[in-house]
Amino acid sequence: MFGNLVSMRLLAPAVVLGAVALFLFLASAFVRRRETGRWLFPGAALIGLAAALVTLLETVRLQYLPDGYNCLLGGCTAFLGMLAYDPLAVFFQALVMLAAVAAVVLTVGSPAVPQARRGEYFGLILAMTVGMCLLVSANHLLMLYVALEAVSLCSYLLTGFDAKARSAEAGLKYALYGGVASAVMLFGLSWWYGLFGSLNLQSLHFCMLGSPALSPGESGAAVVALLFILAGFGFKIAAVPFHQWCPDAYEGAPTPIAALLSVAPKLSGFAVLLRFAFNLLFDPRDPETLAYAPAQLEWALWAIAALSALSMTIGNLAAIPQNNLKRLLAYSSIAHAGYLLMGVVGGSQGGIAAVSLYGAVYLVMNLGAFAVVAAVERATGSEDLLAFHGLAKRSPLLAVCMAVFLLALTGLPPTAGFVGKVYLFASLLKGGGSLPVILAVVGIVNTVISLYFYARVLRAMFLLPPEPGLPERIAPDGAGLLAAALAVLTLALGVFFGPLAMLAEWSAGFVR
Amino acid sequence: MTSVGLHHFVLLSAVLFSLGIACAIARRNAVAILVGIELMLNAAALNLAAFSRFGALRAEGQLFVLFVIVLAAAEAVVGLALILAIHRRLRSVDVHRADSLKG
Repeated sequence: MFGNLVSMRLLAPAVVLGAVALFLFLASAFVRRRETGRWLFPGAALIGLAAALVTLLETVRLQYLPDGYNCLLGGCTAFLGMLAYDPLAVFFQALVMLAAVAAVVLTVGSPAVPQARRGEYFGLILAMTVGMCLLVSANHLLMLYVALEAVSLCSYLLTGFDAKARSAEAGLKYALYGGVASAVMLFGLSWWYGLFGSLNLQSLHFCMLGSPALSPGESGAAVVALLFILAGFGFKIAAVPFHQWCPDAYEGAPTPIAALLSVAPKLSGFAVLLRFAFNLLFDPRDPETLAYAPAQLEWALWAIAALSALSMTIGNLAAIPQNNLKRLLAYSSIAHAGYLLMGVVGGSQGGIAAVSLYGAVYLVMNLGAFAVVAAVERATGSEDLLAFHGLAKRSPLLAVCMAVFLLALTGLPPTAGFVGKVYLFASLLKGGGSLPVILAVVGIVNTVISLYFYARVLRAMFLLPPEPGLPERIAPDGAGLLAAALAVLTLALGVFFGPLAMLAEWSAGFVR
Repeated sequence: MTSVGLHHFVLLSAVLFSLGIACAIARRNAVAILVGIELMLNAAALNLAAFSRFGALRAEGQLFVLFVIVLAAAEAVVGLALILAIHRRLRSVDVHRADSLKG
């Protein structure tokens, strides 16, 4: 555990991002010339993100190399235990920064965000990234709540950023829904504090099991408090039944923001949920218990499994009748929250590694799908399924990229989605017992259901004639190039997944 | 006359929380929903302060209350800004009229 001064060097990535965000807010007030803003704002945001990624690598060096702080494998906790800088945090921080880079690139040519307000817009994206970096590192319930709110507030504003009426409506719905969810979570936290007197994540397990016998009323209160806290996580990762905001927010938000929201807050929510669940369910002194939860807490595992099964089933079934691509991808992202939760239920280091691996793969394929939607929207002004009719003739590049992403989202070989799903199912079934088997069957049935609505999009792109009145050709632009790069990455990771799997194994090291 | 103890505070906060969630679910006016959210946040803050004072715990809870006050204010600012944006377009803050997103 480090004191405050030493910890500053570990906080460097967040400090860099925060400084650039402040610069952007100030610059947007003073830079009046449109031409200057056109390159200054995205340029500053990209430089800030690149600098943050470099300083993140530097913190890894500080932690593990002999001339640095030389932490043990478990990683360090900074600021007297408030933040954890372990492999899990580093891995997910890198992921959210890459997602922010993609959002900035997608915005550059997008018509959705008015040029005059781009400064604040990029500043908010960076501020949200700071929040997500702190969230994945949060090691204390106060830190967790503050970081969660920072991410949420920025995402409400970004969702409502478009000048269209439906954007403000989406932002308002998201803000009201999120406000209730975070207040419920806070009420649960306050009861947790009252019952156990500790807010540190590392003491969760001992609070629940090691404290002097609770009276029946008190243990009932502890269960309710825990369920309230889980509701807050469920909102952040958009798991059923806390998902209603998700399709509306994605449809109304500017497309680059929908792309960012569908991966970055979800993955940071998963990182902190992993940290929370593993500190709660597993006794850190005894690695043998890593495979299963103690009998008194088995209901919590069942609750997470129920969230997972519901998210997969309802997400996939609700996606079938959708005709708006952003809405379809929103329901697909709800279903993917369910798939990722399978890894949390699977437990053990294998489960964490599977969530990290699938998280990285999901980042690539989902950002790619949204990049194609952004490119088509830019050319046709619509993200309806009709705008995708005959895309193979109008823009073969975009159609082929989209096909790769949709096959990867279904989980078919030879894409990275297949590798990710194999790891998730393997980690789930390794533990044994009836719960993992039931959940795995639900997961496989859902993979088949999802093929149906992804195939609808494929059919529209390759088999149906183009709609009259739409542009004959779609020239490749920034979003198209990003989509092509991500498609190549999706295919490459499907074949050469070794390095990524090693990184994911490394990120699971925090439980040791 | 009995002295005021922990359970008085906890009971009051439970009542506040219930009123807040009822308000957030039942009302159609977006500002009223925001008021309900504020009630829920303040119920949690009251809980934290009471547990910290009566439970012989460390000052952590009272510290948490300070953060909750700031975050509640920030949330109200963001919520009201979005309500203003909706009002400019719809001339209404009724959430049932904001129904262009469906499905």
